[in-house]
Amino acid sequence: MSGYKNTGYEVVIGLEVHVELNTATKIFCNCSTEFGAAPNTHVCPVCSGMPGVLPVLNKGVLQRAVAVGLATNCTITQKCKFDRKNYFYPDLPKAFQTSQLYLPICRNGYLEIATAEGAKKVRIHEIHMEEDAGKLNHEAQSGSTLIDFNRCGVPLLEIVSEPDMTCADDVLAYLEKLKSTLEYLNVSDCKMQEGSMRADVNLSVRRVGDAELGTRTETKNMNSFKAIARAIEYEIFRQIELLEDGGQVLQETRRWDDERGVGYAMRSKENAHDYRYFPEPDLAPINISDEWLEEIRGTIPELPDQKQARYVADYKLSDYDAAQLTRYRKLAEIFESAVQLGAAPKEAANLLIGDCLRLLNAEGKEAADLTFEPKNLAELLKLVAAGTINKTTAKAVFELIYADNIDPVAYVKENGLEMVSDDGALDAMIDEVIAANPKSVADYQGGKKAALGFLVGQIMKASKGKADAGKVNAKLREKLD
Amino acid sequence: MIQYETAAALRQACIDGQTTAQAQTEAYLAQIAKYDGVYHCYNTLNEKAAEQAAAVDAKLAAGEIAGPLAGVPVAIKDNLATQEMTTTCSSKILEGFISPYDATVVQKLQAAGAIILGKTNMDEFAMGSTTETSYTGATKNPWNAGHVPGGSSGGSAAAVAAGEAPLALGSDTGGSIRQPCAYCGLTGIKPTYGAVSRYGLLAYGSSLDQIGPMAYTVEDCANLLQVIAGYDEKDSTSTQGLSFDFTNALQNDDLRGKKLGLPKNYLGEGLDPEIEQAVRAACEQLAALGAEIVEFEMPMIEYAVPAYYIIACAEASSNLSRYDGIKYGYHPESFADLEDLYLTARSQGFGPEVKRRIMLGTFALSSGYYDAYYQKALKVRALIKQKFDKAFAEYDAIVSPVAPTTAPKLNESLSDPLAMYLSDIYTVSVNLVGIPAVSLPCGFSAAGLPIGMQLLGRNFAEEGLVNLAQAYQMHTDWHAKRPVLKEAE
Repeated sequence: MSGYKNTGYEVVIGLEVHVELNTATKIFCNCSTEFGAAPNTHVCPVCSGMPGVLPVLNKGVLQRAVAVGLATNCTITQKCKFDRKNYFYPDLPKAFQTSQLYLPICRNGYLEIATAEGAKKVRIHEIHMEEDAGKLNHEAQSGSTLIDFNRCGVPLLEIVSEPDMTCADDVLAYLEKLKSTLEYLNVSDCKMQEGSMRADVNLSVRRVGDAELGTRTETKNMNSFKAIARAIEYEIFRQIELLEDGGQVLQETRRWDDERGVGYAMRSKENAHDYRYFPEPDLAPINISDEWLEEIRGTIPELPDQKQARYVADYKLSDYDAAQLTRYRKLAEIFESAVQLGAAPKEAANLLIGDCLRLLNAEGKEAADLTFEPKNLAELLKLVAAGTINKTTAKAVFELIYADNIDPVAYVKENGLEMVSDDGALDAMIDEVIAANPKSVADYQGGKKAALGFLVGQIMKASKGKADAGKVNAKLREKLD
Repeated sequence: MIQYETAAALRQACIDGQTTAQAQTEAYLAQIAKYDGVYHCYNTLNEKAAEQAAAVDAKLAAGEIAGPLAGVPVAIKDNLATQEMTTTCSSKILEGFISPYDATVVQKLQAAGAIILGKTNMDEFAMGSTTETSYTGATKNPWNAGHVPGGSSGGSAAAVAAGEAPLALGSDTGGSIRQPCAYCGLTGIKPTYGAVSRYGLLAYGSSLDQIGPMAYTVEDCANLLQVIAGYDEKDSTSTQGLSFDFTNALQNDDLRGKKLGLPKNYLGEGLDPEIEQAVRAACEQLAALGAEIVEFEMPMIEYAVPAYYIIACAEASSNLSRYDGIKYGYHPESFADLEDLYLTARSQGFGPEVKRRIMLGTFALSSGYYDAYYQKALKVRALIKQKFDKAFAEYDAIVSPVAPTTAPKLNESLSDPLAMYLSDIYTVSVNLVGIPAVSLPCGFSAAGLPIGMQLLGRNFAEEGLVNLAQAYQMHTDWHAKRPVLKEAE
């Protein structure tokens, strides 16, 4: 069998990603966009849709949208406009969302992702600007629904891909690349848990070799990359099983329940809204001058792909290491600063990728949350390079830098963590361990080479991890061989 | 009698110390108390008007404010947002609604020292040509209480005509300032789209709506327009860098060198012969002042009404969607669920004409019909604009009737909405194209009802239009006629 996991089917996935932009104020008024404020404290007549109000476009939204378009290889629609998307819902106080249908700000772009089969382009159909809706809070106790309009009018970009992805890994790679690009541009927090990045998955399956696309479903409501991967896997097999059983996939909108690990239908196409889009008459058409476009182009920083290539070329890092470091803007910044301050690139990369990311993961934090100074990382690596401390100590001290931004030089000194490489001291420790472990010595000398490792471990332990491991190894062999 | 003075005369009387803002305001409130029971010009009165007038008197005495509106009472249409009074658009669905902010024009009036007397009656959400679609009841025409005052700014027009205000603000989406002015013997200006901020105007057709002045004379209208016009950072469709100065326009009656076009296809069939006669006589008057009058053909007029109703209703269907019975205004007592709440609130809260236009607009925008209706209407709009551009390359202004008839009798328009829509034929093109127009009185019918004409100009030609109208009013006295009012029984 061929196709996705030998099912005989292939999978076609496109994504609609909503990203909240990090402007200080909302898209059409001066209310704050801050997350987590008390309900209805960041509202005004404009964003609460009071009768007679008019929107005025926040230029920062336009600037960010253009930057994202340029960074994702899009064509910028220099003469664009907004449209109204009409529907009734209590979280939408005007009963229309000001969005873009006819002339979206960006079109025809792409992002390059790494897959098991090599690099691949995921095309971007369009990116458009729109306003977020409010939030409904259903109160179980009273049975009533309360409306919080704080989020109403927070600026969003909707980034619509072409159906160029064929598995969950593709989707995750695309989302990672998109997220890091947005982070580099500093246009969004991209926090899925807080809803500042949301992805809707359009997915269909077809038999390998079929020319026609299958009927697609849209799955919403996933608030982590992990949930997205699970939802995709679930939906692929739901559709395949349905077809295998002679059934039909219905075009519908579905929700993902991550706790139960199941997706379920929300509304079918028959109940789909007719949004009656038409040009928003309350906003003047937008005209982006060539000069401003170039000005924005000039603000775009080195992006992950470019940085990755440079790290490989300049620092002789592996593709993998370079990719890991450049995934998060903050991590790359720390790396570059540390190297500039004298850290060895490969050693810095090892600590950041191996230890730093592991520590972040364990805490459920993101690289953007890192607070330590690159200087301290550089000083730590200089201590290693100078032979002042060994790598075991370095790892332990790094955890303290990570947690409390300590000064490694002072810490090592205060705690006497300098590497023990003095021959006399080492010889004494080695002799002690040899005397205390006659069996292991006999094993080693009888041909069990692994016993040497045990003995080295004992010596390191005796030195409280401070012994020069290379020297210990050499000396031990000398004594036993 | 103070009630029939122009705003300019009232201001002069204040300056001369013959009266005060407070005395004037109280005189108007007395007139309202006496006659509004008959004409129903107002939905709501400003209870603080006299108090505010006293405060303005103090400021005038201290020299803190000056200008033509200082101390002058003004009536404003009930679709302008005010914090001190309800704003209802004469609709049940906005019953009791108090806006949390003031419209920009309201702020400008207050800053200029004008005293707001109250909120005037109108067709519900400005949808109508008679002020009969109002939830609060019809306004009567002060020239003949058996007739309508026109609409949708009928309450504003009737208030000025009945001496219940010397000045008023209306809004004009398809003729709603100009036509009631014609029916009530007043002067009104529909400004260029973007000249006056729409912030705080409860929208009907957003791409068509403009707020404008209504008064006895073009001088009063110009003074009021000068105060309310200009760029507003809260309205991105308002025009940057705009400021009018009508000083010269108001002082000059020499029309030599002005070339005016009279569209001959606007005259003749469909137009009341008395109105044609009055418009032609007005042209002769303008010619006597030196203007050259040229008859020409203005194409596309037959497409203006259908294009207008599609665009206006489409925008309205979206603009009025926010009235859902949840956040403010009318809230039904009982409903089964969310959908039922929407249905009940909107079924009970809107009147039949509003529902008709919401349905027309919803249909025109719906999937599968958008291209055939809305998109086509936009094309027609662009073509009409081209025709006007061509005409204005030739003429300084266009002279036209305002409405095909004088004010109809009460209760004879609503039964035939199509006929009512078609009566907008002379006014709607102006809104589709965005150009300014002045409506001014030019005669009376044999039945004693006022006849109006309008002067159309290219974008931002307000000063030129005011000059034409002023020259005309310097040599005619139609604008000085006042009706004999009927007292309440």
